[in-house]
Amino acid sequence: MATASAYRSPGFDFSNEIRNNFLSERGVPLPKATSTGTTIVGCLFKDGIVLGADTRATEGPIVADKNCEKIHFITDSIRCCGAGTAADTEFTTAMISSNMELHALSTGRKPRVVTAMTMLKQYLFRHQGQVGAALVLGGVDATGPHLFTIHPHGSTDKLPYVTMGSGSLAAMAVFEAGWRPNMERAEALDLVTTAVSAGIFNDLGSGSNVDACVITASHTEMLRNYVKPNERVQKERSYGFRRGTTAWKSESIRQMVVEEDITFIAPEAMDTS
Amino acid sequence: MDHFPTHWGRPRNELDDQYNTFPLHQRPANHTDTFANGVQRTQQPIVTGTSVLAIQYKDGIMMAADNLASYGSLARFKDITRLHAVGTSTVIGASGDMSDFQHIQRVLDDIVTDEFTAGDGNSLGPAEIHEFLARRMYARRSKMNPLWNSLLVGGFQNGKRFLAFVDLLGTTYSAPSLATGYGAHIALPLLRQSIDPNPDAVTEEAAREILRNCMRVLYYRDARSLDKYQIATVTEAGVTISDTQKLDTTWDFAENIRGYGAQTQ
Amino acid sequence: MPDGSYERPQQRQFNPYSENGGTILAIAGADFSVIAGDTRQSEGYSIQTRYAPKVFRLTERAVLAVNGFAADGNMFVKKVKQRLEWYRHAHAKDMPLRAIARLIQTMLYAQRFFPYYVYNILGGIEEDGTGAVYSFDPVGSYEREACRAAGAAQSLVQPFLDNQIYFKNQTPAPGTNHPTHLPLPDVLSIVIDSFTSATERHIEVGDGLEIYVVLAKGRSTQELASIGGLQELSTRAEGDRMFVIRRDLKKD
Repeated sequence: MATASAYRSPGFDFSNEIRNNFLSERGVPLPKATSTGTTIVGCLFKDGIVLGADTRATEGPIVADKNCEKIHFITDSIRCCGAGTAADTEFTTAMISSNMELHALSTGRKPRVVTAMTMLKQYLFRHQGQVGAALVLGGVDATGPHLFTIHPHGSTDKLPYVTMGSGSLAAMAVFEAGWRPNMERAEALDLVTTAVSAGIFNDLGSGSNVDACVITASHTEMLRNYVKPNERVQKERSYGFRRGTTAWKSESIRQMVVEEDITFIAPEAMDTS
Repeated sequence: MDHFPTHWGRPRNELDDQYNTFPLHQRPANHTDTFANGVQRTQQPIVTGTSVLAIQYKDGIMMAADNLASYGSLARFKDITRLHAVGTSTVIGASGDMSDFQHIQRVLDDIVTDEFTAGDGNSLGPAEIHEFLARRMYARRSKMNPLWNSLLVGGFQNGKRFLAFVDLLGTTYSAPSLATGYGAHIALPLLRQSIDPNPDAVTEEAAREILRNCMRVLYYRDARSLDKYQIATVTEAGVTISDTQKLDTTWDFAENIRGYGAQTQ
Repeated sequence: MPDGSYERPQQRQFNPYSENGGTILAIAGADFSVIAGDTRQSEGYSIQTRYAPKVFRLTERAVLAVNGFAADGNMFVKKVKQRLEWYRHAHAKDMPLRAIARLIQTMLYAQRFFPYYVYNILGGIEEDGTGAVYSFDPVGSYEREACRAAGAAQSLVQPFLDNQIYFKNQTPAPGTNHPTHLPLPDVLSIVIDSFTSATERHIEVGDGLEIYVVLAKGRSTQELASIGGLQELSTRAEGDRMFVIRRDLKKD
């Protein structure tokens, strides 16, 4: 439904909505979005927050990316894990990250986790679940460590340990069995690794490696591929192909190197008369 | 597990929880067609039991199930036994429809009696019971009239452990640790972690502790579960089904939580 | 409804089928046949078990791989084995491979209007001593082939086999021809690589791999000597020999 107006409102373009609904009624499915099947987790410990994520992205039953990064940057001391539609999580967190930076510049203060949480939930609520981002938001600010989950419809939870994604039940089981208040950094990191691993090995939507991120008041440490329990095995054969394997119908060879003659002319002396 | 994020956090539906669903009562039609609706079949479970857990360990197998039979989201019966001994070396645990389970109990008790009266020196072991159930469940699904259950069959005979699963479709499988319903999502990862590497290294005491721990996690996270449960063991010595035990739980982490978002007071 | 009557009650139909993932494949050689399948059984995003065989020994020289709905698959294998036993009692010999293939066709087609939701691949040695692979669709259409993949990762594995076994899209070096049959070690490597690759890119494939190898009577077993995880299944040393190779696959 194209409007005659030259003016286009900002934000999402819904002009194909009616057409797409019509098509899907006639049995033409919408293209499949890459989804991060996902196990993402977060837990509170003595000095801050540990976030964790697996690294598998799927398109239906096919693995789209074996080592994607699901822990997104928000600010120096706030990170956000994303599950759901990959594009929605990446775009939403990137946008909130920008707005947090602008917010920090305009207030002249280090931004807070609740600010990011509120921006995210208001954004997601405004889109009524159409933006399929399920997030675990964690960070440390002037008021201490904070951990939230944000659902695609905009509801939030504030808990000492949280999980999201298709592997959330497997990971939550590990937390319910093993989390204690005031854990040491190493213990918390171990627990998060075990929780994400439970997702990796028991949920088909999750797989490959464990990413972790430890956030304390003074320092944020991103542990990309902290554990790699699923290295690809050596193939039995090498699949090189002989030159000339691919058949061709016609051959035309073009000279791609441009040849040109360069004549050097001795510079004339400057006219100083 | 439902993979589509917009479904998360919603009441369960039959897509991700076929066996423990809430009953959706059909409104009565104001006319009945005798021929079209001649036969009523189980199209949905009504009074349901949630997960059953089972593991292999050093001396045999151990199974656990809570004592709740739900009527939709109503915790309707809180002293139901969902573990049932069949003969002297087998125990079955049931989740799903409780009336179908009671039918299965009756059928199994009948064949145990028949075997006994035959007096031919043979007794039904866990493998035979499981085969029987698998055939019966598959036959019923093929008549489009399923017995709406997921069953675990465990036992110990001739010095060998047996543990296997069968559900309303007749699907069967076996593993060192098994769970039905929500337990397959929540408890199984924990069970696999502690049992699967080496079931022979797990003592009876450890096995009991592992199951208690998993039942507690289930009680924390499964809204159709109860903190009262029973444990069955099958070893060389035979079948034992424990008395009802109560889980000890802690909820003190809640003390420090204020609100769900920006609230601080 | 507008007239005040109730709407027809919504009947939620019971679905008697499920899909249990996994992949199978088979390759025929000149005088051998290789039939393989992974051992993961899944439903939705859950792993039901890491070890549920999908490949079954039927006779001394016939192996059947089944993939699709596990309950149907197991029941189908059970019934095929029963028919083969009846045949043994009636004729005092094993049913030949091509007869088993025809039997499977009629058994599948008998269920035309409530099908076994199963893809079958039958592999083994024919009476003339050649390696054979028969592949079936769920209602009994079948064909003898040199290689076939089926199941969850069929769309990943079959093009690879077409390229490596049938040499599709490969021009032979000038003055040479592609071989009609590959040697056993090459076939085994291709089978293993098919499964490790499918495990990488398909979420329902993994955990374990079972490769059945059937060798024609009198064929040397030399090429299998160096293979790890090998176990012999044949009951007689003379006649056709059958082996199974078990390997681990990634478990994520």
